[in-house]
Amino acid sequence: MQIFVCIKQVPDSGQIRVHPVTNTIMRQGVPTIINPYDLFGLEQALRLRDRFGGEVTVMTMGPPMAVDSLRKALTYGADRAVLLTDRVFAGSDTLATSYALSNLILKAGETWGAPDIVFCGKQTIDGDTAQVGPGIARRLGLSQLTYVSGIDDMDLTDRQILVRRRGDHGVQVLRSQLPVMVTMMEGSNEIRRGTQADALRAARAEVVKWNAATVGIPDVSLCGLRGSPTVVKKVFAPTAREEKAEMVATTDQSPVAMADALINQIFTRQPALQDDLLRQAAGH
Amino acid sequence: MSNQTSRPAGSGRANMKRELPEHFRSYKHVWVFIEFEHGRIHPVSLELLGEGRKLADKLEVELAAVIAGSGHDALEEVAGTTFSYGADLAYIIDNPVLADYRNEPYTRVMTALVEKYQPEIMLLGATVLGRDLAGAVATTLKTGLTADCTELAIDGERSLAATRPTFGGSLLCTIHTLNYRPQMATVRPRVMAMPVAQEGRSGRIVEFTVDLKEEDIITKVLDFLPDTANEAAQLAFADIVVAGGIGLRTSENVQLVRDLANALGGDWGGSRPLVQKGWIPAERQIGQTGKTIRPRLYIAAGISGAIQHRVGVEGADLIVAINTDPQAPIFDFAHVGITADAITLLPALTNAFRQRLSVNRLAG
Repeated sequence: MQIFVCIKQVPDSGQIRVHPVTNTIMRQGVPTIINPYDLFGLEQALRLRDRFGGEVTVMTMGPPMAVDSLRKALTYGADRAVLLTDRVFAGSDTLATSYALSNLILKAGETWGAPDIVFCGKQTIDGDTAQVGPGIARRLGLSQLTYVSGIDDMDLTDRQILVRRRGDHGVQVLRSQLPVMVTMMEGSNEIRRGTQADALRAARAEVVKWNAATVGIPDVSLCGLRGSPTVVKKVFAPTAREEKAEMVATTDQSPVAMADALINQIFTRQPALQDDLLRQAAGH
Repeated sequence: MSNQTSRPAGSGRANMKRELPEHFRSYKHVWVFIEFEHGRIHPVSLELLGEGRKLADKLEVELAAVIAGSGHDALEEVAGTTFSYGADLAYIIDNPVLADYRNEPYTRVMTALVEKYQPEIMLLGATVLGRDLAGAVATTLKTGLTADCTELAIDGERSLAATRPTFGGSLLCTIHTLNYRPQMATVRPRVMAMPVAQEGRSGRIVEFTVDLKEEDIITKVLDFLPDTANEAAQLAFADIVVAGGIGLRTSENVQLVRDLANALGGDWGGSRPLVQKGWIPAERQIGQTGKTIRPRLYIAAGISGAIQHRVGVEGADLIVAINTDPQAPIFDFAHVGITADAITLLPALTNAFRQRLSVNRLAG
């Protein structure tokens, strides 16, 4: 079977710093990682390949440096990696991103065989939108299975797939028909440690590099900034509340004295809360 | 949005003005998609009606509730509720195929409804369902969608200004959908205030029928396993919340947070780093990617106050911050602060609260 896994290279969020004066993101030296949510899809893809046979192709759209993330995915055991990189994609919002990626998937499908499953991350840690997976599913007419907590069964002959999907108030057990687009819940598996053989292969492997022309994007005006209906009008740090926090200070620095002063301040500001707490305590 | 994060502020089309294409000018009115929870309206849908009402008033258009499901009487009753929360009209789509949520039939219904009645703004809850549906509908309509908004406003050109955290919650950005309609946005539960119901308020019902047959829908729901009652689920609705951050220094000290919450009859949680360290379960995370809370009293102990945390607690009536660093950003949005070590102050607070509350019990 053919399994495609879409990944994104993202800044390691723990490392992002905002410049205290200019309020801009300090990108210098911020390490990048594969979006952690994508790894649950990659591991699931590898498990399905190990069980049913076939190939796992990882792909991403991004700047040339995104090749590092693809190579990392190869070390986990993916069979092939494809990078779609082109200036026309710069500034894409989720709609333009799903347009580019769905065309990348079509081209990869023509080249290596149409995918039975396309995995996407549940969301990214930098954008947090969860919109690109559904976008790809709609554009390619794949059945959309988001927030999947487990794939229970699959039958390649009658092309059925049985999954558990994490809903808001419970788990849906769904049966669908391949091809499907799946996003996996975090914690549904753990990415394997790649073998040494995979690490060696990844180091030597050639990552396939395509651009808008080689993929044959039908309409470049639907890409990048031009193809994005949403426009970021401003980026800003939230302003402090006009009234600064009232700082409680005590001459006696003992925890007991500080606790007392703090509670006085809380009850002065919220007398109703004090009454309710007392009533609640009395009722016990 | 996924790649917009790499775009510097104020660049590109941000300052360009373009006229709305002619065929979008007929798009009017504000819609809220009504979601259900255990057979009742999900609170986030009511919160969105409150917010949608403000947008509709500003635009001088109508607010509509979109109610899809199976069972006409029940849907009509829901419509009545949406009227009391501010809707002027309700679109009812009643079809047995819509009994359980599935992406395909819901996307088809929503897309057809938008094409027929042409709203200029459509709001959905940023729940699992809302996100699954919004992404598919926006792509089908080829329009813009902004996820997890913390503020919605109308600018001078009747455009929806949707503000959301960006860069993993370290900054905020305001996003517009300039040349496409509808303008779509999702908002997480509890981010907007719950409006007050106005009894006796009424509206009109518009029935919408679509040709949906079960045999045309590829994905089948075989079973649904409802969650058993989960105590952490109440955190979002607690009156008093105590939360700890990295200032607790060890996982054992999370107990100090729980003790204080207990003494106050409140609930407890923590900031994102505590979840990442495995000190507290994910369902106890407070912040943009965790739970949004709106308690009467929120005590943040040893939490620095990153934006991603701030947007999850800003709705609290009173925010009290305890931090050793007087420069910590949490003091920028707390109402009351104290420069102190949470590890020593938390037990003192627990004792002091217990004493005050028990003295009264004896007296009363």
